[in-house]
Amino acid sequence: MLEYAWIIPLLPAASFFLILLFGKRLPFKGSELGIAAVGAAFVLAVVVNTQWFDHVNEAEHAGSEEAAASVEGSEGSEAAAEDEHFTVEPITEEVTWFQNDGLDIEVGMLLDGPAVMMLFVVTLVSLLVHVYSTDYVAGDRRYTHFFAFLSLFTASMLGLVMAKSTLQLIVCWELVGVCSFVLIGHWWEEKANSDAALKAFIVNRVGDVGLLCGVVTLYFASGATASERTFDILEINTRALAGDISHTALLVAACALVAAVMSKSGQFILHVWLPDAMAGPTPVSALIHAATMVVAGIFMVGRLYGVFYQGLSIGISTVNLLAVVGGVTVLGGAGLAFVQNDIKKVLAYSTVSQLGYMVMALGIGAWTAAFFHLFTHAFFKACLFLGSGSVSHAVHSFDMRKDMGGLRKWMPHTFWTFMIATAALIGIFPLAGFWSKDEILAGASQLGGNGNYVAFMVVGITGAMMTAAYMTRCVYLTFFGEFRGHGHPHESGPRIVVPLWILAGLAVVAGLANIPRLALWPDSFELRFEHFYEPKGAYFPSVLPSFAAPEFSPGIALASTLIGLFGIGLAYMWFWRGAGPQHVTERSRVAHAGYTFLVNKYYFDHLYVDVIAGGVKGPVARASNWINQNVIDGVVNGAGRLSLVAGRFVYDRIDQGVVDSVVDGSGFAAEGGGQLLRRLTSGKVQQYGALLFGATAIFAGVLIFVV
Amino acid sequence: MLNQFLLLGAALFCIGVYGVLARRNAVMVLMSIELILNAVNINLITFGAYHGDIVGAVFALFVIAVAAAEVGVGLAIVLIIYRNRHSVDFDDVDAMRG
Repeated sequence: MLEYAWIIPLLPAASFFLILLFGKRLPFKGSELGIAAVGAAFVLAVVVNTQWFDHVNEAEHAGSEEAAASVEGSEGSEAAAEDEHFTVEPITEEVTWFQNDGLDIEVGMLLDGPAVMMLFVVTLVSLLVHVYSTDYVAGDRRYTHFFAFLSLFTASMLGLVMAKSTLQLIVCWELVGVCSFVLIGHWWEEKANSDAALKAFIVNRVGDVGLLCGVVTLYFASGATASERTFDILEINTRALAGDISHTALLVAACALVAAVMSKSGQFILHVWLPDAMAGPTPVSALIHAATMVVAGIFMVGRLYGVFYQGLSIGISTVNLLAVVGGVTVLGGAGLAFVQNDIKKVLAYSTVSQLGYMVMALGIGAWTAAFFHLFTHAFFKACLFLGSGSVSHAVHSFDMRKDMGGLRKWMPHTFWTFMIATAALIGIFPLAGFWSKDEILAGASQLGGNGNYVAFMVVGITGAMMTAAYMTRCVYLTFFGEFRGHGHPHESGPRIVVPLWILAGLAVVAGLANIPRLALWPDSFELRFEHFYEPKGAYFPSVLPSFAAPEFSPGIALASTLIGLFGIGLAYMWFWRGAGPQHVTERSRVAHAGYTFLVNKYYFDHLYVDVIAGGVKGPVARASNWINQNVIDGVVNGAGRLSLVAGRFVYDRIDQGVVDSVVDGSGFAAEGGGQLLRRLTSGKVQQYGALLFGATAIFAGVLIFVV
Repeated sequence: MLNQFLLLGAALFCIGVYGVLARRNAVMVLMSIELILNAVNINLITFGAYHGDIVGAVFALFVIAVAAAEVGVGLAIVLIIYRNRHSVDFDDVDAMRG
């Protein structure tokens, strides 16, 4: 089955076309096709996962035997068996896409740990979102269309995680962007929604330029001659790690690719599209935030990790671009989440902040921690988004201050799943977020050069406290206190509640996938995520001596949990007890300025729209007007005048002179020839006969005497 | 031997051509055509005998048969012309003059 994993993305891709063609005529308007395709893809993904586990275990078995054989008799054999030094060959399939001047561009499948993991996450979340959507967007005027693009979105993301070459990566990357554009603007009749879709698309274009530059740089840096250069991800990583590519080229490529991550994964300073993307239907937000769009950036970094690891010297430095971007995003995103009244925007900024954790983890070299956090985050964030959708379904609004409050009495299922996912996000022991966030913090304290990435551990712990506080505020405004809306909210139907419970269940147990080595449980339960999903081979930085997996640190775990609880406590005191300086923003000018600063989202939108776009568009408009008036008009007028002169010349000389005389001449020649030939046609048969015989005689003479 | 027969054929051919081109009487022209055909027949038979091949003589027989048919058609045309114009003079028959 592993060789045929490429079928998985093709299933939803096929369902996209089928839904577009036949969806409207089907009894469930095409949703059944989407669910069937993604469901089948999910089943296949589970099969692929189990077979991948076998594949890894076989490789481990072979590796440990080999290691034992090579160090037989020496005392190092035990250590060799304990450290995971075996290689797991990724499974690849490829076909030639096109050829150009001897250059083979191949499209194919690269199946290794992270790809297998993503197959599972994407198909699972997508399946639940599909089921959820049948209720959530029921009766929508573009219901069929919506499901078609959900399918394409899933297919693009699945294609992206299995992409073998960087070109294929770009294609899927752009497809993901297009689908997010279409789905964010699903209700495009309202201008705000279509603006949000455009914003998402245009901001992403900025990052796409970075991706393109990075890929091109890597291609030209990967070899000296055309035949050596490659788009193959495995090759690029292997060469980068083996030192075959110059450090400067890797640095340039990594910096360009960081721009791509910033836009796709909503990192500061290109995060501005992500909160606006909440204009789309809530299931789409869940899909974007948990499994597809924003994860693409993280995945790309993890995929080209050799390039980043070498280019940014992650293993031996104490600070680098990727970690700084992530760290700034952790705090910046969390800060903004405090002042949002729209429940989805709180979650959106929470995603920005959590993605910051992942980018930061990648920046400090904790690859497994980043992907583990991605894995757990997918479940609890999808649960939170779908929960917020369930709430808005009941109160027909997203405004927590005006239309919510006290909903825990009306919507018990939504309330409990939301609470579980919130606890997982905050990192309460033993839910999913505790394990993954702790691994990132442990990584920050242990990895890197001599100084370690301690600054980023502080950032991470501060972020954890802020996360706890803003999520408590969100839960308070939504579910506690008195109901402030109108009418009677009601619990959502089973197609909404069941996916919520599934995701809540996963938010509880997903963290156990990578529980650290503590000697409290058998070895075979420990670090399974790292064991199965971390790539092991020459294309992954684990071949370098500086690469290490962080150890579980009880101190940090305890500290981060206490600080999280402290954040909850602060928010609890503030909202429930009314303690602290309430209404401080109305009394203190400093506090008010800070509040305004946050409400205006650090003025990034103003910077982009007014300063950059506004500053550029005036001069550009004037310059283009000047060019239009002077250059283009001049060219057009000149061309007109030139063609007038040319036309006159052609008429006078060529038409009247040459063409007409040719026509007249041919007439005269025909008449003269006719007059001459007329004499011959006397009508006298004997004269014709004489001519005939004379001509025959001449030809006969020629035949005899000349030839 | 060969030359005499060929010369005879050539002479007959020339007489025939002269007759076709110079005579005004349509019947005489037809007869001259017969002379040309017979010149050809002589050549055919001569070469046939020279090569010891019967095919030349057989071919001559065909030509005679075709010539008979041709004369029949030709005389019929002459007869029609005579009925219409009361003359068989070729100089009078110039309806094809351009």
